[in-house]
Amino acid sequence: MSESREAPAPRRIRTYHEVADPAAESIVEQVVDQGRRLRERLDGVGRVVAVASGKGGVGKSAISANLAAALAARGSAVGALDADLNGPSLARMLGAEGRLSRGAGGVTPARGSAGVKVASMDLLVPEDAPLRWSGPEEHGFIWQSVLETGALREFLSDVEWGRLDVLVLDLPPGTDKLARLFDLMGAPDLVLLVTTPSEAARHVVAKSARFLAEAGAERVGLVANMTSWSCPHCGVEEQLFPSDAARRLARESGLEVWAEIPFDPRIPAETDEGLPLVLSDPERPAARALTALAERLADA
Amino acid sequence: MKFLCVDCDAVMAYVERRLPGDGTMAVVYSCPGCGRETALLTNPMETRLVSGLGIEVGGRTVPPEPLELVRSALEGADEEPKLRHGQVRWSGDAKERLLAVPSFVRGMVKRIYGEYAAERGIPEITPEIMDRARTELGLEGM
Repeated sequence: MSESREAPAPRRIRTYHEVADPAAESIVEQVVDQGRRLRERLDGVGRVVAVASGKGGVGKSAISANLAAALAARGSAVGALDADLNGPSLARMLGAEGRLSRGAGGVTPARGSAGVKVASMDLLVPEDAPLRWSGPEEHGFIWQSVLETGALREFLSDVEWGRLDVLVLDLPPGTDKLARLFDLMGAPDLVLLVTTPSEAARHVVAKSARFLAEAGAERVGLVANMTSWSCPHCGVEEQLFPSDAARRLARESGLEVWAEIPFDPRIPAETDEGLPLVLSDPERPAARALTALAERLADA
Repeated sequence: MKFLCVDCDAVMAYVERRLPGDGTMAVVYSCPGCGRETALLTNPMETRLVSGLGIEVGGRTVPPEPLELVRSALEGADEEPKLRHGQVRWSGDAKERLLAVPSFVRGMVKRIYGEYAAERGIPEITPEIMDRARTELGLEGM
C-alpha cells in the first residue's frame, strides 16, 4: 500500500515590489533626476515645436530651418535642436559652424542664421564621419537605441538654451522617434507633421497622426510640402504630384493644414549654403508660405 | 534590479563596482545577515546597455557632466573634450596609458578617473594617480 505524500510548499520569496532596496532606489533616483533636469531646462522655453513626419525625404529639416529662421527674424528667441542623430543636417542648413563648447551651466549652443541657437550631432563629430557609438561589435541593435534616446535626452537637458520663445525640434523619420520624444518630455506644445501630396507619404504620415491622437497630443498641424511648382519661364503653377493625398490625409485624420508650401529648388540650394530661403529671398512663394507658417505659429 | 538573500530573506547591500577594462562589469552585493557575497557579472553588451541609460550602479558620487553620455560613448568625438571634469588635466603618460584601454570603454574609464581626481581636488591625472585610483576603486586592468 503506497503512502501519499504531499509535496512541500514552495518557500516564500518576496517579490520585487515587496523589497525596499536603497541601491535600487538610487538607480530610480538617477532616472528621476534626469527627468527633473530636463524639465528645469525646458522651463525657460516658451514653446517646444516638434517638426516630424514618420516619412523620410519630405523636407522636415528644410522646414525646421526656415521656420526657426523666420521666427528669429521676426524677433523671437529661437533654438533649434537636430534630433536626427544619424543624419544631422540642421546645423548646416542654419549656417551654424564650429564645435559645441562648455559653458557655465551646460553646453553652449552654436549660433546660426538670424541668431538661432543650434545644437546638433554635426557639431560634435568630424565632418563626413558617421555616427558610431563605441561598444561591443555584436548585438549593437540591443543597446544603440538606448544610447540614442539618452543622447536626445542630453541634448534637451544639457544645452544652455536660456530663455527661448520657441525651441524647434527636427525629428528623424520613423513614428518610433515621436514615441521616444514623448517618453522623454511628454507631448510638445505643437507637433507639425510634414507630408507631401504623394500617396506613399500619406500612408506613412497617417501612422504618425494616429500615434499622436492615441498619445493625447493636443496640438498637431499638417504641413503639406512640395504641393505645386511654378515654371521659372512662364510662371504657370502646376501640381507637383498627381494626387492630392495631403488634403485627403487632413480629411481622414481631422488635422488642419497649417501650410501648403510649393516646391522651390532654391530651398535646398540656399539651405546648402546655410542661409534659409525665408532670409535670402523672402518674396519667393515658398518663402512667403514658410514665413506665414512662422507667423501663424507665433500668433497661435 | 534587487538582490535578496533567500536564506535570510534580507536585501543584499551594494558593496562595490569593478570595471576590469574589457567592457565587462562586476557589481558585488553582500547579505547583511549571513555576510554572503554575490557578484553580478555583466558582459560588454549588458554593460553598455546599463551605461546607455546614463546611470551608475551604486549611485553617483559626483553630478553628471553635460553631454556626459554622448561624450563617453560617441566614437570620433573630441579625444580632448572641452567638457571634461572641472580643471582636471591629463599628463602625457596618463593619456598614453588610457589609449591601452579598449576604445569602447575608454570614455567610461576616463570619466571614472576624472571623477576620482575631481572628488579629491587632484589637478592632474598621472600614471601614479591612475594606480592609486585603480587600487582604491578596484579598476583592475585599466
